[in-house]
Amino acid sequence: MRYLPLSDADRSAMLATVGAGSIDELFRDVPESARLSGPIAGLPSHASELAVERHMTALSRKNTPAGEVPFFLGCGAYKHHIPASVDHLIQRGEYLTAYTPYQPEIAQGTLQVLFEFQSQVARLLGCEVANASMYDGSTACWEAIGMARRITRRTKAVISSGLHPHYVSVCKTMARFTGDTLDTALPELTAETDAERLIAAIDRETSAVVVQYPDILGRITDLQPIADAAHAAGALLIAVVTEPVALGAIRAPGEMGADIVVGEGQSIGVGLQFGGPYVGLFACREKHVRQMPGRIAGETVDAEGKRGFVLTLSTREQHIRREKATSNICTNSGLCALAFSIHMTLLGEKGLRSLAALNHARAVEVAERLAAIPGVRLVNDSFFNEFTLELPVEARPAVHAMVERGVLGGVSLGRLYPGVDSLKNGLVVAVTETVTDEDVNALEAALKEVVV
Amino acid sequence: MTINQSGWKPATPVAGPGDTGTTTGNRALMLEEPLIFEIGDSDTTGVDFSAPAQAGAQSSFDRAEEGTGPLPSQGHKLGTLARTAEIGLPGLTEPETVRHYTRLSRQNYAIDLGLFPLGSCTMKHNPRLNEKVARLPGFADIHPLQPRETVQGALEVINELAFWLIDLTGMHGVAMSPKAGAHGELCGLLCIRAALEARGDAREVVLVPESAHGTNPATAAFCGYRVESIPTNDAGRVDLEALQARLGPDVAAVMITNPNTCGLFEPDMKAISDAVHAAGGFVYCDGANFNAIVGKVRPGDLGIDAMHINLHKTFSTPHGGGGPGSGPVVLSKEISHFMPLPYVSRTADGIVHLIEEEQADEFSEEHFGGVMQSFGRMTAFHGQMGMFTRALAYILSHGADGLAQVAEDAVLNANYLLRSLEDVLDAPFAGSGPCMHEAIFSDAGFANGITTLDLAKALIDEGFHPMTMYFPLVVHGAMLVEPTETESKAALDQFIAALRSIAERARAGDENLKSAPVHAPRRRLDETLAARKPVIAYRTPAPDGADLPTPSPVGDR
Repeated sequence: MRYLPLSDADRSAMLATVGAGSIDELFRDVPESARLSGPIAGLPSHASELAVERHMTALSRKNTPAGEVPFFLGCGAYKHHIPASVDHLIQRGEYLTAYTPYQPEIAQGTLQVLFEFQSQVARLLGCEVANASMYDGSTACWEAIGMARRITRRTKAVISSGLHPHYVSVCKTMARFTGDTLDTALPELTAETDAERLIAAIDRETSAVVVQYPDILGRITDLQPIADAAHAAGALLIAVVTEPVALGAIRAPGEMGADIVVGEGQSIGVGLQFGGPYVGLFACREKHVRQMPGRIAGETVDAEGKRGFVLTLSTREQHIRREKATSNICTNSGLCALAFSIHMTLLGEKGLRSLAALNHARAVEVAERLAAIPGVRLVNDSFFNEFTLELPVEARPAVHAMVERGVLGGVSLGRLYPGVDSLKNGLVVAVTETVTDEDVNALEAALKEVVV
Repeated sequence: MTINQSGWKPATPVAGPGDTGTTTGNRALMLEEPLIFEIGDSDTTGVDFSAPAQAGAQSSFDRAEEGTGPLPSQGHKLGTLARTAEIGLPGLTEPETVRHYTRLSRQNYAIDLGLFPLGSCTMKHNPRLNEKVARLPGFADIHPLQPRETVQGALEVINELAFWLIDLTGMHGVAMSPKAGAHGELCGLLCIRAALEARGDAREVVLVPESAHGTNPATAAFCGYRVESIPTNDAGRVDLEALQARLGPDVAAVMITNPNTCGLFEPDMKAISDAVHAAGGFVYCDGANFNAIVGKVRPGDLGIDAMHINLHKTFSTPHGGGGPGSGPVVLSKEISHFMPLPYVSRTADGIVHLIEEEQADEFSEEHFGGVMQSFGRMTAFHGQMGMFTRALAYILSHGADGLAQVAEDAVLNANYLLRSLEDVLDAPFAGSGPCMHEAIFSDAGFANGITTLDLAKALIDEGFHPMTMYFPLVVHGAMLVEPTETESKAALDQFIAALRSIAERARAGDENLKSAPVHAPRRRLDETLAARKPVIAYRTPAPDGADLPTPSPVGDR
């Protein structure tokens, strides 16, 4: 077995050192009845690297990669170009095969990266501080609601109808077990967001208002009035960003009064990967840092006075506080945070703004062209790189019909909101810098055919 | 014993403060590296956007792709929210970026560099085939919401891995979406809580051994349970009598780690499960240590109801400096039908389905006898696909025979360490028999003032990553050593020699241990300062550079 260095001679010599006659003696605590006498029946035996690669490659070929077709899917995961150096760097063994930096003297690489990541994320989201990442945007969103509960000691969260429905599902799952009440609603195919409903729903029981920015339909809403209303009632504003590239073009939620800003960082440096692993972004006001979940890297000095970094504020965490911890989270999404940070360093302010401008300009152009198709209506007044079309037909079959024409044309709201009649004609189309003229022509032609 | 005949050696002389002898602060290959905020600026970028096409061929897209600056002031669809303020993100060109992260990488220890014996963390070799297959475009470049017919291969990967996990554990079902071990614990406990609620049984207590990982009580508390501790007996196992005495109609579940955090198998596991079931509760098994028994024992045969499997431990997906993990949860027949959505299922026609909310009822009949009552969604999409491809490649490479060999070699390596060190390090449970995949030692016998931390830091100077320190809590000054099966005998012998030498210095009271490490990129770091005055984001110094801002007092309480 190519991954197991011990030879049979080694094994014999080591068993002798241990004083065991056979390997079975080392498993003697396992009751005889529970011990398997040989390999588990019905499972294949070991395979060569070549054979495994062939098998996996064959499986991979049954999928349609985004890069091989005109591709317009978004709704929480976005296709962007990732510079080649990002993947090269994250495959360095010193990053890839390191563990959580519990021994800071020999983990300064990871720790400094996390400190830089936190600093980038805080600035991008417009907050004072950020943590070292969460599993993904949806779990970060739930953790933010829990954090707001701890800070306000209230249990009602008012959720915008523009929050990704899968995020809402995650929050509902958790709320069922923690006793939080969630005030939710379905979105409507209008240019207006539900800011007014949110403001009206805030009361003295409200822990937080949760608003996605841009929202699931791609709409952009001014968060300041919502923040003001929340603060007036002693509640917090949680903003959720699923497309961080947007923040190169639009104001940061933290600038508009959001107290906690969470997000999905996949868009920057992390590929689509069928939904994971991704990287949850989590930022907040400095005064709330001790209620923040997750790992945090902080600056300090070593015994010689040199600057260095450590994991800090760990008295919030499960390995110290056990059942009193702010969260049960034990890991972050380290390697994805590294990829995010490297890509963000390559972009810098200038690159991010250019990338955002490019995304937006293309989306504007594509929206205008598609809205000109007879029967197709553009729902949005405002959007970044993603907008919603109302088709004259159900969008879900239209998406499948476009697949037959070789186009991945968007995400149907029927997929995201099954059974909701008022949304079934909605199609969310994302347009990033990866989209070519030919892709747009193909989408336009396919959509024309499937809406008649 | 043929190793380490020399015993204690005097410590290497300690360098004085700042005694680097160089003007740069670098020491040959040990390179200092500033923060990106200190070397980058907002006008520098490492990405180009295509130049516009030549005259006559220029489309509006090409104009947009000039990407020379911020948004146009008109023609945008950003309403009143176009960004005006500077973000403050430093950029570097590609060569500077590659150098920055490469230099930083060299300040990290890693499995690729040497033995990484962190107990309970299973730091084994990460095969590079797995990295390669995870990057195949058919896996890496597919969107989670793509139509089913365009992702059949990905769904097959999930289905195939699920099949293996169920067979290897002898369980009934598996929830694939949890994103890490602690997320898997949450999933398992939520299934248990949903099962109890479904029968109208409002139980309030979860029992957790005092040797458990911190995530166990944290998860139970998160699920709304009161956590009570059960004691460990002198042999390092759950005190069965104390457990049985505490069971009752208020106990929802018992969370057991098996093999446990002392590196020992719980021989009474089946009896524990039977007792818990008889009292109407459920058994959660923390599968963090599955590496010791994979292919040798099926947890399903021990009466377990739920167990998470850390793909990043047993099945070797990379730890990546702290994630991403992946924590599928295998489930018993009694609670499988409460598992989270979505899940994957292959029908007789060969099509693999992703069962989301709308199909849950339709498939309920087929899979769960019509009783599917999922507790809901735990994450936006379908779990850690990038980890599934790696784990499946790992499993297929080993096969059923290779996986059993993994467990055997992991256990043999740990016992070899245990028996090679027990004369110089106190091994509190060594007398009760062999350990499983990790060996535990205490600080008993160290000279006054010398601690486990000192020994761990001295290992750093010897070129090894230290073991897990001060965990589990039931052993004083615990040192939990897990070599894994991917270490050669020669590597183990080197480690043993180094650790023996340090242990002897600890017993002899060598004060130099207190200043270790001296050869690492940093000496011991002031963690108290870091927590007292947290600086967790870069702050641009004042323009004159004179008055660096002092960290402001933070915190709500």
